[in-house]
Amino acid sequence: MTLYILRTLLKMVLTLFAIITLVFFATRMSGSPLDTALGDGLAEEDRALMIEYFGLDRSIWYQYLAYLRGVLEGNFGLSFIERRPVADIVAERIWPTLQLLGSALALTLVVSVPLGVVAALWRDSWIGSAVMGLAFIGYAVPNFVIATFMVLIFAFSLNWLPVVGNGTPWHFIMPTIAMSGVLIAALTRFTRNAMLDVLGQDFMRTARAKGLPETVVILKHGLRNAGVTVLSVLGLQIAGMAAAGNVVVEAIFSWPGIGELLVSAAIMRDYPVLQFGVISVAFAVVVVNALTDIAYVVADPRIRMAKG
Amino acid sequence: MTVTTHIPSRTSLPLTLWRDSNVIQKAAALIGLALVLMALLAPLIAPFDPLAQSLISRLRPPLGFERYKDGFYLGTDELGRDVLSRSLHGLQLTLGLALAGATIGLLIGGTLGLFAGLRRGWAEDAIMAAVDLQIAVPFTLLALLILALFGSSLTVMICVLGIAGWEQYARIVRAEVRKITELPFIEAARASGGGQRYIALTHVLPNIVSPLVVQFTLSLSNIVILESTLSFLGLGVQPPTATLGSMVGYGRDYMPTAPWMVIAPAVLIILVTFSVQILGDWLRDRADVRLRDR
Repeated sequence: MTLYILRTLLKMVLTLFAIITLVFFATRMSGSPLDTALGDGLAEEDRALMIEYFGLDRSIWYQYLAYLRGVLEGNFGLSFIERRPVADIVAERIWPTLQLLGSALALTLVVSVPLGVVAALWRDSWIGSAVMGLAFIGYAVPNFVIATFMVLIFAFSLNWLPVVGNGTPWHFIMPTIAMSGVLIAALTRFTRNAMLDVLGQDFMRTARAKGLPETVVILKHGLRNAGVTVLSVLGLQIAGMAAAGNVVVEAIFSWPGIGELLVSAAIMRDYPVLQFGVISVAFAVVVVNALTDIAYVVADPRIRMAKG
Repeated sequence: MTVTTHIPSRTSLPLTLWRDSNVIQKAAALIGLALVLMALLAPLIAPFDPLAQSLISRLRPPLGFERYKDGFYLGTDELGRDVLSRSLHGLQLTLGLALAGATIGLLIGGTLGLFAGLRRGWAEDAIMAAVDLQIAVPFTLLALLILALFGSSLTVMICVLGIAGWEQYARIVRAEVRKITELPFIEAARASGGGQRYIALTHVLPNIVSPLVVQFTLSLSNIVILESTLSFLGLGVQPPTATLGSMVGYGRDYMPTAPWMVIAPAVLIILVTFSVQILGDWLRDRADVRLRDR
């Protein structure tokens, strides 16, 4: 098992390294280093400092090594727009993003786990079909379309909810729902399938044969076992989907988080901010994936034995 | 004495598919067909030039509302352009981009998957490592970076959409190839002197068409969502050319006064993703049944 964990961690580090390398060369391919790393209108002394630090007048390989050192030191240069260290700008954005992510994940869990269980228990009746139909809708409608229609109805027609910013709890409602749509759809499907797998197992029959009430059988023996699968999916697939959805939803609702920062950096071509943003979000997703993988192995003895 | 064997009458595949489908799938097929026809015929059926501006007929509402202007059935936008004509042309571009992107993904991923499955060794390891990398990083983020770095032209957009789904094809093709190359008829082909490329093209490829068709359809809907999302954010094809996503994006600023500017393209996006996704799921179920019967 230790070997498996080490291998997972090694793979994580290699993935991150590959992402950083990819981002560096993509940026350098698109223009001269002075343009893509410094931008216009930087004070003379800052400019000299940056050229020195990132080796922008040296060979591309020197620049690459300097860039890697910058990544390790958390130095990605200065924002083109705000002319201050990128790391500071990103740091200010983390908390609002975590708040939104937290509320979206909470809503997703609260809605989709019961729905998935219901869909599995009543798979052949109209209830099961209705739930899967809903999940399908969540999957097929892009989150910006959900957001647009919500804004149209609840903000502009009914005047119930605010659109821009994150000041009050009311501000959370629409962004949370817009972000959760596709996550709920995905997790409901996964929960249903995991439950269906568990329902056919021998230990469920044994539990019933012992005379346990049906609710206890379903919740204690069924859901608890399906839960392991569901949690692993939450870490492996939902993390990436949430990161992508976060970008769009924050941009729509002018949420002062990482996603909004990335979109405006992309539009303004603020390359240092964009690079750091992409790398740090990818970092978060890859780390969550690796941790989930490890937690999954540690939690489940069957896999623990099999994977050695 | 004659032995009669029952030979199933050959009906065309689309007809068989149609007969086996339920109401929702039939509706999805019809809507999909209608959308494709609308997109193909957009230049002919659009009542106006999608780029023609008119200062006196700006922000007019659709048919049935006050201040409706004759002929502009779905209203006009902030520059007096006809929303219906723009939606039809936007639909054409959206579907065209999605097809181009999915095709490029199929070609890149299919080739790499075929290569990985047949060659094995370090080439396979390298390709599968790239697949894992692509799966690990949320693609929307990479798309933001690429579009910002290389500018959002039509060409760049097609490339971005092309890279978006290749890893799925590579995985599927590699897995299928490995399964097929275990079968006796490949061994026979090899024994009779067939070269690597000959075997790949004449024996392996025809046998993996059906999972590829399924994946192509499913990825089409993802690509439509990705394209319209990027365009919505203002990073896609630049104005005055519009896709459905960018129409929703630009219309957003006028939503309180002119909601029709976003409703028409948004509804079209939903129709596209719905019908494509239903068709994809249906094809997948069909393919699975076929595999189970074998």
